[in-house]
Amino acid sequence: MAILEVQNLGISFGGLRAVDNFEISIEENELVGLIGPNGAGKTTIFNLLTGVYTPTDGSIYLNGKNTVGKKPSEIVMLGSGRTFQNIRLFKNMTVLDNIKIAYHNRMHYGLFGSILKTKKYHSDEARAYDVAMDLLKVFDLDMYKSELAKNLPYGKQRKLEIARALATDPSILLLDEPAAGMNPQETEELMETIKLLKSRFKISILLIEHDMKLVMGICERIVVIDYGRIIAKGSPKDIRKNPDVIKAYLGE
Amino acid sequence: MKNFNYKNLGKNALFVNLAAVFVLFIVLFALVATGILSRYLTSILILILVMIIMSTSLNIATGFLGQLHLGHAAFMGIGAYTASLLGILLRDAIASDILLFIISTIGAMVLAGIAGLLIGWPALRLKGDYLGIMTLGFGEIVKTIITNMKGLTNGAQGLYGIPKIMNFPTAFWTTVFVVTLIFLFMNSRHGRAILSIREDEIASESVGINISRYKLLGFVIASMFAAVGGSIFAFNIGFIAPQSFNFLRSVEIFVIVVLGGMGSLTGSIVASIVLVSLPELLREFSSYRYLLYSSLLVTMMLFRPQGLMGTKEFNLQKLLPKRFTEDDDLYDSKGSDS
Repeated sequence: MAILEVQNLGISFGGLRAVDNFEISIEENELVGLIGPNGAGKTTIFNLLTGVYTPTDGSIYLNGKNTVGKKPSEIVMLGSGRTFQNIRLFKNMTVLDNIKIAYHNRMHYGLFGSILKTKKYHSDEARAYDVAMDLLKVFDLDMYKSELAKNLPYGKQRKLEIARALATDPSILLLDEPAAGMNPQETEELMETIKLLKSRFKISILLIEHDMKLVMGICERIVVIDYGRIIAKGSPKDIRKNPDVIKAYLGE
Repeated sequence: MKNFNYKNLGKNALFVNLAAVFVLFIVLFALVATGILSRYLTSILILILVMIIMSTSLNIATGFLGQLHLGHAAFMGIGAYTASLLGILLRDAIASDILLFIISTIGAMVLAGIAGLLIGWPALRLKGDYLGIMTLGFGEIVKTIITNMKGLTNGAQGLYGIPKIMNFPTAFWTTVFVVTLIFLFMNSRHGRAILSIREDEIASESVGINISRYKLLGFVIASMFAAVGGSIFAFNIGFIAPQSFNFLRSVEIFVIVVLGGMGSLTGSIVASIVLVSLPELLREFSSYRYLLYSSLLVTMMLFRPQGLMGTKEFNLQKLLPKRFTEDDDLYDSKGSDS
C-alpha cells in the first residue's frame, strides 16, 4: 500500500485555480521530486498535503487514512513531517528543545505530572532527551545542543529543521526547497543527509527543489507541474529530455 | 555557555533557591512581627506580593505564549469579587482564617477560569493588536457588569465588610506557591509547547502541537492565577471597588511584565518590587514622582528594550561554587560523556 495516495487534488482561490487535478502515489522508502517554474503551485501542494489549506476537491490518503479536513497537528500524528522554504525554527530555544517540542505528542504525562514531577514525568523526559540526542548525533548537531537555534549557521539550521521533522516519527517527509540559499558545498552535504534519511530511517520523501543537480542526482522519480497541473512525470533521465518540461522552463 | 532558561533544575538548585526564599521569609516576618515595618509598609509589602502574582500570571499569556493581553485586571476583579462574596458568606461557617481564604480563593479561581475559557475561546483566534483591543474591551465589560450588579456587588460604591483575614505569612507563602506552580508548569512539555507557539505558530503546528488548545490552556491558567492575586488584594484591604480593576490596572501589570522581561518569571518578580515600591519611595518628591517614574520607564525601554532580564531566569545556584552545580541537567548523564 502506498504511504501517500493523492487523487484529483485541486484548490481554487477565488477565480484562480492554483492546483488542478494533481495526483501522486508514493511508496514506502521512495524519494520523489516535485519541480516546476516559480509560481507553479508546488508549495500550495505542500500546504494542501499538510492541512494548512483545505482542498476544494480531491482526496488525500496518508497511511490509508483520509486527511482532508483535518488540522495540521492531526495530520502530523498520522505520519507526515515537513520543513519550510524559509527555515522556521524555534529561534530563541535551544537546539535540544527544538527537537523535544517535536516529541511532545509521544510524551504522556499530564498537567499534574508536570507540577508534581511524577515518575512518568521523569521517564518521559529522560526518553525524550535520549531520542533527541540520538537524532542530533545522526546529524552531527549534538555538540550544539545547548546553543540557541538562531545562532547556528544556515546549513546546520536546515539540518536541525529536518531533524525536528523526523522527531515526530513521520512515514513521509515533505522537504520544501531544502537547498535554497545554500552554497555548493552545503548542497553537497545536504544531498548526503537526504541519502542518509532514506537509508537509515527508511522513510518516503517528497522534495521540492530548484537545484537541478540535487533533484536529478538523488530523486528516483520526478513530477513536473506548471500552472497547477502535472505536465510530466517519470525518471530523471526522461524528464531531462521531455519537450514540455523544457518549454515550461525555457519558453519556446 | 549555558544560555537558556527552562532547563530541568537539579536537586541542589531547588534546595538552594528554596532555602533563600525561606531566609527571606524569616527576615521579612521578623520585621513585620516586631513592628519595625509599620502597618502601612506591611500593606505595601502585600501589594508587592499581589503584583508578583499578577505579573507572573500575565507573563504566561504575554511573555511565554506571546499574546497581547490588556485585560488582566478584569480577571483579578472577578477573583476579588468572587473571593470577597464567598468570604462574607462563609465567615460564620468557617472558623479558620486560612481555610476561609483557601476555600474562597478556590471558588474565585474556578469562576475566573470559566471566564477565561469563555473569553479566550473566541478571542484567541485574533492576533496581536486585534487581540489586545478585544481583551481591553472585555476588561471594560467586566468592570461595567460588576458596577451594575448592585444587589451583589454594591455597585460603584464598592463592596464593604470583607473579612480582613490576610496577613503577611499567608500572602507570602501563597505567592511562593503560585510562582512555583507557574515555574514547574513552564518547565514541562506543556510549557515547551506554549513557548513554541510564541516562537513560531506555523512551525509549532507542523510538529503536531494543537495550538488552539495550548493557547486556551495558557490563557485559562493565567486567568485562574490572576484570581488568586485578586483574592489576596481583597482580603488584605477589606474593601474593593470596580475602579480598582480598570484599564489602568491592566496596563500597570502589563508594564511590569514588559519591564521585567517578557518570558522571565524572576524578571516579573524584580519589576513588581521596583515598580510598586518606587512611587512610595519617591513620595517626598510629591508631584514630581510620576514624572520620575515615567522617565525611568522611557529610559529603560530605550536602553534595554528586552526588559530587565530578557527571557533569562535568575538562579541563585549560579552564584555558588562549582561543586554545587554538578547535577545541573538531570538528563545529561548519558549524553555529555560521549
